[in-house]
Amino acid sequence: MLAAVRRFFDQRGVLEVETPVLSRTGATDPHLVSFTTRLHQPGSHGAALPLLLQTSPEFAMKRLLAAGSGCIYQICKAFRDEEQGRLHNPEFTLLEWYRVGFGLTDLIAETDELVRSLCAPALPLAAPEVFAYRDLFRQRLGIDPVEAGIETLVQCAVTQGLPEAEELCGNNKPLWLDFCFSHRIQPELGRGRLSFVRDFPAVLPSLARHKPDCPELVERVEVYLAGVELANGFHELQDAAEQDRRFEADLQRRRLAGMDVPPKDGRLLAALDAGLPDCAGIALGLDRLLMLRQGARDLTEVLAFPVDRA
Amino acid sequence: MAIVSTAEFKGGLKIMMDNDPCTILSNEFVKPGKGQAFNRVKLRNLKTGRVLEKTFKSGDTVETADVVDVEMQYLYNDGEHWHFMQPQSFEQYGAEPAAVADAKQWLKEQDICIVTLWNGNPIAVTPPNFVELTITETDPGVRGDTSGGGGKPATLETGAVVRVPLFIQTAEVIKVDTRTGEYVSRVK
Repeated sequence: MLAAVRRFFDQRGVLEVETPVLSRTGATDPHLVSFTTRLHQPGSHGAALPLLLQTSPEFAMKRLLAAGSGCIYQICKAFRDEEQGRLHNPEFTLLEWYRVGFGLTDLIAETDELVRSLCAPALPLAAPEVFAYRDLFRQRLGIDPVEAGIETLVQCAVTQGLPEAEELCGNNKPLWLDFCFSHRIQPELGRGRLSFVRDFPAVLPSLARHKPDCPELVERVEVYLAGVELANGFHELQDAAEQDRRFEADLQRRRLAGMDVPPKDGRLLAALDAGLPDCAGIALGLDRLLMLRQGARDLTEVLAFPVDRA
Repeated sequence: MAIVSTAEFKGGLKIMMDNDPCTILSNEFVKPGKGQAFNRVKLRNLKTGRVLEKTFKSGDTVETADVVDVEMQYLYNDGEHWHFMQPQSFEQYGAEPAAVADAKQWLKEQDICIVTLWNGNPIAVTPPNFVELTITETDPGVRGDTSGGGGKPATLETGAVVRVPLFIQTAEVIKVDTRTGEYVSRVK
């Protein structure tokens, strides 16, 4: 599978890159927990610089893009603490790529082509479906995820047989949307084909730009196969000031939740300030794709040594 | 009682849910790449036997339930309670009809069953997987038939009715699988 990925991008003139796994800064997203380690200068007994293991190579790759790398891809390990289960291993393999000049629609087409070629012939996939996030909620749950207030969501959860949602989600709108989506929409997606879900409400966290004609939505896409989330991509945000505001909002949420507050990535902000080319990028979980291609149910079936045996 | 978090949830763990003891059947960690983590848990209510699904926020805690499965000998039914005895301690327990439920049609005096105790009270009874029971009534067999065919109903000493091959006669002892309620063999 790795060789096929490299052939695919080689044929398209996309450059393979490597960026550091260790970084001074980390994800600010309040739903991600980074592993921390320490750097000691030779002979510096005690004095140490905390370094984080990347949760994705996104920031480093954007610095390369801003420096003029052109289209790039990377196959790397990413690390997320407090995530383990049938579909999660704390250390996993990401394929992340960026295409200069692409919008979301081009990115969807390329992702589909790549995944179908990687799955064939073991798991032949039909032509993909593309849904707007908003339409899925309207069709499947009968509510508008942008307009719906908490009361509407509570009603919807009761109708859907999920009465515990009210206590779980409270007044947290993003949590409500995640809850409804993961319980009642996601399991039905990606039957024998890829399902792409695009144009997410701006209240959900992302590094995507706003949709030009519709500021309450962002240009983000999620990819599902057999009910499993495979990839997440953006038409990338270029505005350094907006990025800085989102960092601050994330950090504020982390403070309120009593979580670690990592330093903001000043180098990424500087790179955006210097100018990120118009581009779209996406990160795809290769372990999950391999699992689905092999007809396995649990990641541990396709990992040489899952974390419990590492 | 102890407190456990979703991280410790695993099949077989007994927890309290809406004031009833439940056993966890499965626990799935659900987390969108950019979103809150949940645990979707499948539980069986040990009092009603009903299976339910419930979602927890990862890290939520619940109380464990003081539930144990104990091997006991079935003694007798006094018309109101079914009485069991722990063979080592000779301690006796009276189970309500609701706890015995479907198990009662397989209970024969002296047989060893699994009794589920919650806070020391019987809430469920699991009969042995196989029981040997005497047939009290069944239609006479058709001559010449040795096995096969559709079979016929037979009433057992405990009141249970099972389908048996045509050659089986009243007063014979048969072996029954209590999990499926099916005839297994004749006992000589």
